[in-house]
Amino acid sequence: MITMEHVCKSYKIAKRNAGFGEALKALFHREYEVIRALDNVTFTIGDGEMVGYIGPNGAGKSSTIKILSGILTPDHGTVLVDGRVPYKDRIRHVQEIGVVFGQRSQLWWDVPVIDSFELLKDIYSITEPLYRQSLEELTELLNLTELLRSPARQLSLGQRMRCEIAASLLHRPQILFLDEPTIGLDAVSKLAVRDFILKQNQTHGTTVILTTHDMQDIEALASRIILIGKGRILMDGTLNDIKRGGENIDETVAELYRTYDI
Amino acid sequence: MKKYLSFFRLRFTMGLQYRAAALGGITTQFAWGFMEIMIFAAFHRADASAFPMSFSATASYLWLQQAFLALFAVWMMENEIFDTIINGDIAYEMCRPVSVYRMWFARSIATRLSRAVLRSFPILIVAAFLPHPYGLAAPASLKHFILFLVTLVLGLLMTVSLCMLVYILAFFTISPAGLRLIFDSASDFFAGALIPLPFFPEKMQRIMELLPFASMQNVPLRIYGGSMSSYEMKRAVFLQVFWLAAITFAGNALCHLAQKRVTVQGG
Repeated sequence: MITMEHVCKSYKIAKRNAGFGEALKALFHREYEVIRALDNVTFTIGDGEMVGYIGPNGAGKSSTIKILSGILTPDHGTVLVDGRVPYKDRIRHVQEIGVVFGQRSQLWWDVPVIDSFELLKDIYSITEPLYRQSLEELTELLNLTELLRSPARQLSLGQRMRCEIAASLLHRPQILFLDEPTIGLDAVSKLAVRDFILKQNQTHGTTVILTTHDMQDIEALASRIILIGKGRILMDGTLNDIKRGGENIDETVAELYRTYDI
Repeated sequence: MKKYLSFFRLRFTMGLQYRAAALGGITTQFAWGFMEIMIFAAFHRADASAFPMSFSATASYLWLQQAFLALFAVWMMENEIFDTIINGDIAYEMCRPVSVYRMWFARSIATRLSRAVLRSFPILIVAAFLPHPYGLAAPASLKHFILFLVTLVLGLLMTVSLCMLVYILAFFTISPAGLRLIFDSASDFFAGALIPLPFFPEKMQRIMELLPFASMQNVPLRIYGGSMSSYEMKRAVFLQVFWLAAITFAGNALCHLAQKRVTVQGG
């Protein structure tokens, strides 16, 4: 179970105008702006839920995921994931979670994918039989048989993403954080990824928190939606709460953002 | 422990792939070695009495330095690590149930060792066959050789520990440019990579020998040639162990602080 209560996080951003003169001035006097990335964020997610975490760019979605993964420390508030404080108990916490950052790569660039997997097996201390089982299941469901012996740098984005998702699930985490997992993927890969995540939730009861701008991902996967804007939780409900008749889902969401002025 | 050995193994085997780079490195190291021997030979001809150690010991020092450059060159830092800090890929490294410090430490040792394995043998073999006193002489004695090997390992660990400090500081500064400028030049100068420490004025040498930089290549290379007294050798080894412990401890502590205070780049 995941609980966030009154979580706040601010970033100090150094700002300056363009131009050489301004750059010189900035050598001596830095102007900072404090951005409230998270403002009193509160929600609870139960085991086995599939939650879509949506909001415009800069709303605070990635900051939330980073805090829940334990790699960012909030300024205020309490965070509990299965009874642990993520950023305080980092090593024990990350052992139990899986993370996919869509815009980053976790596979070693120059070695075959299977080498990265074997390394992860050792990092997460997965026993050999469990590893074999996970690998077989993931290879079959995500169609990785031909990809395992190629170096990651020679895979297409869709192929790499499938491997990345497999890599995050090798250690059978109960909680999965997906930060834009389908970004840049073609239609076939997107469907494969969505289908796979759905199956994981159905067979293993994996709790899934999905951050995405692709509303079809949300439609396919999320039973519950949490809307965040300018650091604040604005809505916590279901897709039906925001759908309006035959309108295109992206238009609905855009209208939603406009209504909340975010 | 198994996790870090896996890192080491993976990184080591990866490093062995880069044969063209190794060839380039060997060529450069030969060029530098010959050039430095000639420079010191010229100085020796001008005034042999000014030399703090025999010319043969100096030549051995220079050849060993070139052969083991990959082990001791502080400037050969892992650019990938700096990149992951700048672009935020560090997020994944921190999402692993491993100590980031130990992981990078194992990785650095692996990279340096795999580079050294490829590059050192050609240089050592050729230098051994060069005419005396321009080549690599035999070690001063068996005891000296064993102590040389021990301090070689300590020197490697010390070098990696110092590099780790720079990586961790980069957590705070994000861009490593300033840090590297300072550390690269300072380490080369104070470690005896440009000019062996005994060639410095005595007062300077005494201070420099107490700094952590002198605990990297300075100790093993001088022990090999037998130019240190028994007391000096004992002191040098003690300082190596001391600085290794101190800098590793500081790096580890800073790493914990960094993970708490630092923001991962990118949304």
